[in-house]
Amino acid sequence: MKMPVRLNRKFLPLTVTILLFLIMYGAGSMLYTGFFSLQVFLYLLVDNAFLGITAIGMTFVIISGGIDLSVGSVMALTTMISAALLEKANMSPALVIPIALLSGSTLGFLMGSMIHFFKAQPFIVTLGGMFLARGLCYIISIDSISIKNTTYEAISQARIHLPTGQFISVNVLIYLLVIAGAIYLAHYTRFGRTIYAIGGSEQSAVLMGLPVGRTKILIYTMSGFLSSLAGIVMTFYMLSGYGLHAKGMEMDAIFSAVVGGTLLTGGVGYVAGTVFGTLIYGTIQSIITFQGTLSSWWTRIVIGLLIFVFILLQSIFSSRQKKFGSGDTRSGGRKMVKTVLASAQIIDPEKK
Amino acid sequence: MQTTTRPLLSMSGISKSFPGVNALTGVNFRLFAGEVHALMGENGAGKSTLIKVLTGVYRPEKGEIVLGEAQIWPESPQHAQSLGISTVYQEVNLCPNLTVAENILIGREPMHRGAIDWKEMKNRAETLMFEKLNVDLDASRLLSSYSIAIQQMVAIARALYGSSRILILDEPTSSLDETEVDQLFSVIKRLKQEGLGILFVTHFLDQTYRISDRITVLRNGELVGEFPTATLPKLELISKMIGKEYVELESMPRTSSRTDATDQRVPYLHIEGYGRRGYLAPFNLSLHDHEVIGLAGLLGSGRTEMAKMIFGIERSDTGQCSIDGRKMRIGSPKEAIDAGIGFCPEDRKAEGIIEELTVRENIILALQAQNGTFRFLSRKKQSKIADEYIQLLNISTPSADQPIGNLSGGNQQKVILARWLVMNPKVLILDEPTRGIDVGAKAEIQKLILKLCSEGLAILFVSSELDEVLRVSNLIAVLRDRVKIRELTGTDMNEQVILQAIAHGDENARQ
Amino acid sequence: MQDSNTGRLGRITASKMFWPFVVLGLILLFNLIFTKGFFNLDIRDGHLFGTTIDILNRSAQIMIIAIGLTLVIATHGIDISVGSVVAISAAMAALLIGGKLVLRGDVQEYVTLVPMPVAILAAVGVAGLAGGWNGLLVSRLKIQPIVATLILMVAGRGVAQLITSGQIITIYYKPFFFLGNGFLFGLPFTVYIVAVVLAFTVFMTRRTALGLYIESIGVNPTASRYSGIKPERIIFWVYVFGSICAGIAGLIVASNVKSADGNNAGDLFELDAILAVVLGGTSLNGGKFYLGGSVIGALIIQSLTTTIYAQGVPPEITLVVKALVVFAVTMLQSESFRKMVFGRFMPVASATPQKESV
Repeated sequence: MKMPVRLNRKFLPLTVTILLFLIMYGAGSMLYTGFFSLQVFLYLLVDNAFLGITAIGMTFVIISGGIDLSVGSVMALTTMISAALLEKANMSPALVIPIALLSGSTLGFLMGSMIHFFKAQPFIVTLGGMFLARGLCYIISIDSISIKNTTYEAISQARIHLPTGQFISVNVLIYLLVIAGAIYLAHYTRFGRTIYAIGGSEQSAVLMGLPVGRTKILIYTMSGFLSSLAGIVMTFYMLSGYGLHAKGMEMDAIFSAVVGGTLLTGGVGYVAGTVFGTLIYGTIQSIITFQGTLSSWWTRIVIGLLIFVFILLQSIFSSRQKKFGSGDTRSGGRKMVKTVLASAQIIDPEKK
Repeated sequence: MQTTTRPLLSMSGISKSFPGVNALTGVNFRLFAGEVHALMGENGAGKSTLIKVLTGVYRPEKGEIVLGEAQIWPESPQHAQSLGISTVYQEVNLCPNLTVAENILIGREPMHRGAIDWKEMKNRAETLMFEKLNVDLDASRLLSSYSIAIQQMVAIARALYGSSRILILDEPTSSLDETEVDQLFSVIKRLKQEGLGILFVTHFLDQTYRISDRITVLRNGELVGEFPTATLPKLELISKMIGKEYVELESMPRTSSRTDATDQRVPYLHIEGYGRRGYLAPFNLSLHDHEVIGLAGLLGSGRTEMAKMIFGIERSDTGQCSIDGRKMRIGSPKEAIDAGIGFCPEDRKAEGIIEELTVRENIILALQAQNGTFRFLSRKKQSKIADEYIQLLNISTPSADQPIGNLSGGNQQKVILARWLVMNPKVLILDEPTRGIDVGAKAEIQKLILKLCSEGLAILFVSSELDEVLRVSNLIAVLRDRVKIRELTGTDMNEQVILQAIAHGDENARQ
Repeated sequence: MQDSNTGRLGRITASKMFWPFVVLGLILLFNLIFTKGFFNLDIRDGHLFGTTIDILNRSAQIMIIAIGLTLVIATHGIDISVGSVVAISAAMAALLIGGKLVLRGDVQEYVTLVPMPVAILAAVGVAGLAGGWNGLLVSRLKIQPIVATLILMVAGRGVAQLITSGQIITIYYKPFFFLGNGFLFGLPFTVYIVAVVLAFTVFMTRRTALGLYIESIGVNPTASRYSGIKPERIIFWVYVFGSICAGIAGLIVASNVKSADGNNAGDLFELDAILAVVLGGTSLNGGKFYLGGSVIGALIIQSLTTTIYAQGVPPEITLVVKALVVFAVTMLQSESFRKMVFGRFMPVASATPQKESV
């Protein structure tokens, strides 16, 4: 694939993420027998496909400088709508799936419109969306609804075998498709580049004549769509619709993005990074499962600590950039400063 | 030079008002192809509004715009751009996180089989930069890795990429040094020759005379007139912009230089060897009461850095200072304030005013901070103090309880000044106090500086306008490349010597 | 164009505190008409009893958190970890108090493991430490508040579980129940807790320069520093205070349910509290803040919930209603929306086109 030519410096966060994943996976492999197997690795994808899909949607939102707190609730709502339509209304999956996808997209569209037209803060609007989706979920049914539909069951149990003998699920295929589509979108479409532009400087993007409003609304619509898709994937996985599904998943999605190198301030982020972020999340869970004795709440602490470390790195990285001259304002005396600094041997004259 | 008698752009009878303010009343403006037309006027004159009308940000209530043969109604920046009107703003409005190529071409990226063709984009960008602007760079690097001057060139390149007929440059030189201004002007001349109509907004009079063919003057939202540059003397231009105050300014007696008598006195503030690696070379400076020291130098020479170091905003690695004979280290603004120093920063909006707070609260803020958390100034006391200084400094505001954000630039500056005067400081550091302020208020502030000085204050005055520095200073320190190279007194205090010093430096005379 | 800012009516409606009162009034009005016995007050067991008393009692937790959170938000920050801090504080209190069955004379009694005042101090102290952690991240390491507090939000429940060793600890010690369930002079004790916290906060912010500092920092920390304020210090203590408030709320929670569940205690509290602050007129961007407004905001939320129950509507609707409230508030606080709908009736904030050089 033709990747855009970039400086190595830009790839630094991504490298760190990949390294971290390798280290963690390596640690798991050393600690537990059976960890270092392709199947276990593939299970990371199988078990976390839905997180991965919604994390990609979250990545785009964060790159544009916003945030979407509704993703977990939308996932749950999608499972609930699917289950209710399949089991209570006896609709066919061919109808149910599009309707389910529409639900998240519509909510995303509404939130995006509110954020754009009313200049509201994404934080608070998507908070409202979170309440709304969860609430609608419970209104449909307080208890969980099991899915007995045969198509769904078949998809859920399907094993796609790789030439080497291991297998993956349908969910993984969907995830891989989403990844491919997202990378294309981010790096090869105008829509994707506009997202980065908005995240870099929304004001500039407007003045540059970019379709900022339309793009912003689309970003949230897309996030809603991907959350719904993740919900459908989750439905295949869980075979039920339940209001408590995906509780707190928005935090896991944010984790994936942040640890994947997406700057919470916007403008910077890679789909590939988020994928590895999701894999790291999966690895942590796997390690804890393998360990056996540690309760699942240790996951929370580790996740929290990792987010902390990455955020710390992000802020150190960006403040260093500011200090040593990436286009500091006013000092067109950059050349002049350079001579002083170079003679004092503080900077490498090659570094611009 | 105009080759046809028909203007490229013709705006006539433009009127635009906002609640309580008539920003533009019946303004006409013409632009010919192949000319540079300067738009001048004080803050509040209507320049910015006129441009926003032209670029579709505002819709005028009255008037029409004719571009070429057709009447146009720009509805948005995007629309204006498609009509051939491009704008480069003062704060380079591009995206620092994207590459140069992207910044130039985003929205119009070359596509190949449904995907962005990055290689082609890079080529087109680099070709454009080189052929039109004579800049040779790697377009696949991030915009943020280049200087402001280059970024501005990129902004111009973007403006040119679509077929533009009109290029609007809004205060393009505010952040550039001399060489970069020259570079920009040679680009402008080339574009002129290609038949572009260039609208150039600036408050630097010399630049206007250097580059423009015609000048349109606005004042208080109305058109004063349109004049060929060659036939309009400087003094007349200024008087058209502001009327008589400037004459007053010229007639103000120049200050006397620091005498030997001053040198004998103990300086109130004496800095010895302050400096920091990579930030500012070690320097000495002495400020006496009843004295104004001017800091002269180009952009980036270290004047603001010096001011911030003295005020404790930036730490120094070496040296120390003494206040009134006592040695001490000032490591924070709070300590500087306690030592009797006040500071009016260059960037009022970002570092000076607290926008949503009232004029009253902005005025007493530093005083309150010094009193400490628990000795709270009652509302009544606050109002009393505020009213006193509103009157003293002639601050134009409906009341002390107006949010300071509603005031004009000049009045905001006065509020910041008031904030410090309330503290009865011994030293006042003023960093570009007259920037972005109309000449009327400029004169007021310069007079105020002299008055305060005569009352005993020691003032450190930073300004990029040499004539201002010359007018009020008793002694001028010249900076260059983060080094203080000379101190000028007496007959040395003239433009020539300063410019010489900056141009050639004086390696022997550090300090 | 109508300049309605100058008239008395204009000033009142433009005051940020006006709208929360109106909303609360509307809710009460609704209940007056549609809910039988909403305003009934009886005296039972020596104290006032009624729906309104209930609302006051239940809203105390969010009120206290909202008071602390108001100051945090005023500095242009946010703290989404308060729910987790509630859990931590409740866990601490439960752990230290618990209740051992002990024989005293002939009677079996529950005794606290640690003197109750000590336990309370410890719980609030731990909450303060959590606030200190947040404060350090935001003020010293200059991490974005939402990001910094995200960490504790995620990890905090794990910490709470650590304290309780993964169990739900039941509290048997009677005197502790007084905090959340007791009555003093007829009113719920929690009301007094809120009153004390509110009075303290109002005093500290309006009778000292703290309020001015906080507002100044929220709008422009740089200019504040250049005026001699130390923003870092104030921001640090604001987060500590916010968490202490959450700690106090945690005590009430533990007292109410007589137990501490590390997983569920304080669930979604941060969202309710933020909603309360925003309803009360304080802007998420920081600057001017309205403590009274936040208290009213909490009342609004609780009244809404109670109204829903009282009407026999399934409680799940509460979430949807909260969502609609969020959207409504967002739109009302948005200038673009107000311009669209209210047009010429909108109070004009200024006469000049502000900021832009004309």
